Amino acid sequence: MPDQQWPLYEVFLRGKRGLNHVHAGSLHAADAPMALRHARDLYCRREEGVSIWVVPSAEITASSPEEKDPFFAPAGDKPYRHPTFYDLPGDVPHM
Amino acid sequence: MEQHFTDTIDAGRRIEPRDWMPDGYRKTMIRQIAQHAHSEIIGMQPEGTWITRAPSLRRKAILLAKVQDEAGHGMYLYSAAETLGADRGDLTRKLIDGRQKYSSIFNYPALSYADVGVIGWLVDGAAIVNQVPLCRSSYGPYARAMIRICKEESFHQRQGYELLLAMMNGTSAQRAMVQDAADRYWWPSLMMFGPPDADSPNTAQSMKWGIKRHTNDELRQRFVDMTVPQAARLGVTLPDPDLRWNDERGHYDFGEPDWEEFKAVLSGAGPCNAERSARRRAAHDDGAWVREAALAHAARTRNPPAERIFAATGAPDA
Repeated sequence: MPDQQWPLYEVFLRGKRGLNHVHAGSLHAADAPMALRHARDLYCRREEGVSIWVVPSAEITASSPEEKDPFFAPAGDKPYRHPTFYDLPGDVPHM
Repeated sequence: MEQHFTDTIDAGRRIEPRDWMPDGYRKTMIRQIAQHAHSEIIGMQPEGTWITRAPSLRRKAILLAKVQDEAGHGMYLYSAAETLGADRGDLTRKLIDGRQKYSSIFNYPALSYADVGVIGWLVDGAAIVNQVPLCRSSYGPYARAMIRICKEESFHQRQGYELLLAMMNGTSAQRAMVQDAADRYWWPSLMMFGPPDADSPNTAQSMKWGIKRHTNDELRQRFVDMTVPQAARLGVTLPDPDLRWNDERGHYDFGEPDWEEFKAVLSGAGPCNAERSARRRAAHDDGAWVREAALAHAARTRNPPAERIFAATGAPDA
């Protein structure tokens, strides 16, 4: 009988308190509790995390690289959203 | 699209999973990552046999942690291969059917406890020289896996060297064990960098694609230059009469590994090829019921039978 494979989960770790969870990698597990345990063994052997999220990979919606230009273009022509856009005299205090 | 791919690589940026890439790049990358993953998994076996016979609790804990790391490295790498569309079950089948290879070094036996030290020093040392440039691989998920692996690998090399130092400070019998292990592992370690550049037809394309950053011979030289002073510090003689410093080149000269032996081991005729595959196959087959049971349990937890819901919440009044 061919093996039916355990589904894929994406793993996110909070390295320490005060930081965001960051993508660490992926792993296979039969269910979410097992994915958490495997994530601890696989990605936290050296205290790399204080909190773990696991998400079924199939549940992630991603922007596609092919859409890169049109999808992100609206931010491209708005330099006035950055503080460096504005020229102020050097003697303005505390700015 | 091809232009975008080439521009990305030429600019030293990374290719990510859903980018367009040439079929040849995808195939080469899957093959390289899979072979690397298989090597980590098979690489647990030679040292794994010494866990139960480690000479102290400290050495046993270290060896367990190291072998567990190798399993972890295999998992990181299989994950990276999956981002290219490879199927993990398929990769495992290819390994146990002998359709994909792993590093030739793991087809040599670990005959004494000194081998654990020499494997850490020479084999993991060679692996580090091979792997550090791969942290800049053009394929993002592979490069990221390699960064994590390299960080963990340096403990592997240091524990091996420390173990050897302890044995070299011991009895003459212990020193002889270390020398014997170094004699057996020196040439196979040099083979880990692959055939000489003249016999490595894919190197040019791999360098162009940012899959390889240095040639086999460059890395082999780097390893020899690093290792010779370490051997001297240990008091171990490396088994090569041609090994000597060349002032003109600024490198050590060294002899030619036996490439016929390398080819034979790669094609299955090494001392432990059959044993390694059989062990991996048995572990996979013996684990089948666990994988199935875990899936059945997961399905049952998602959709519990009615009597279990009632047991948990109290059955409704009839």
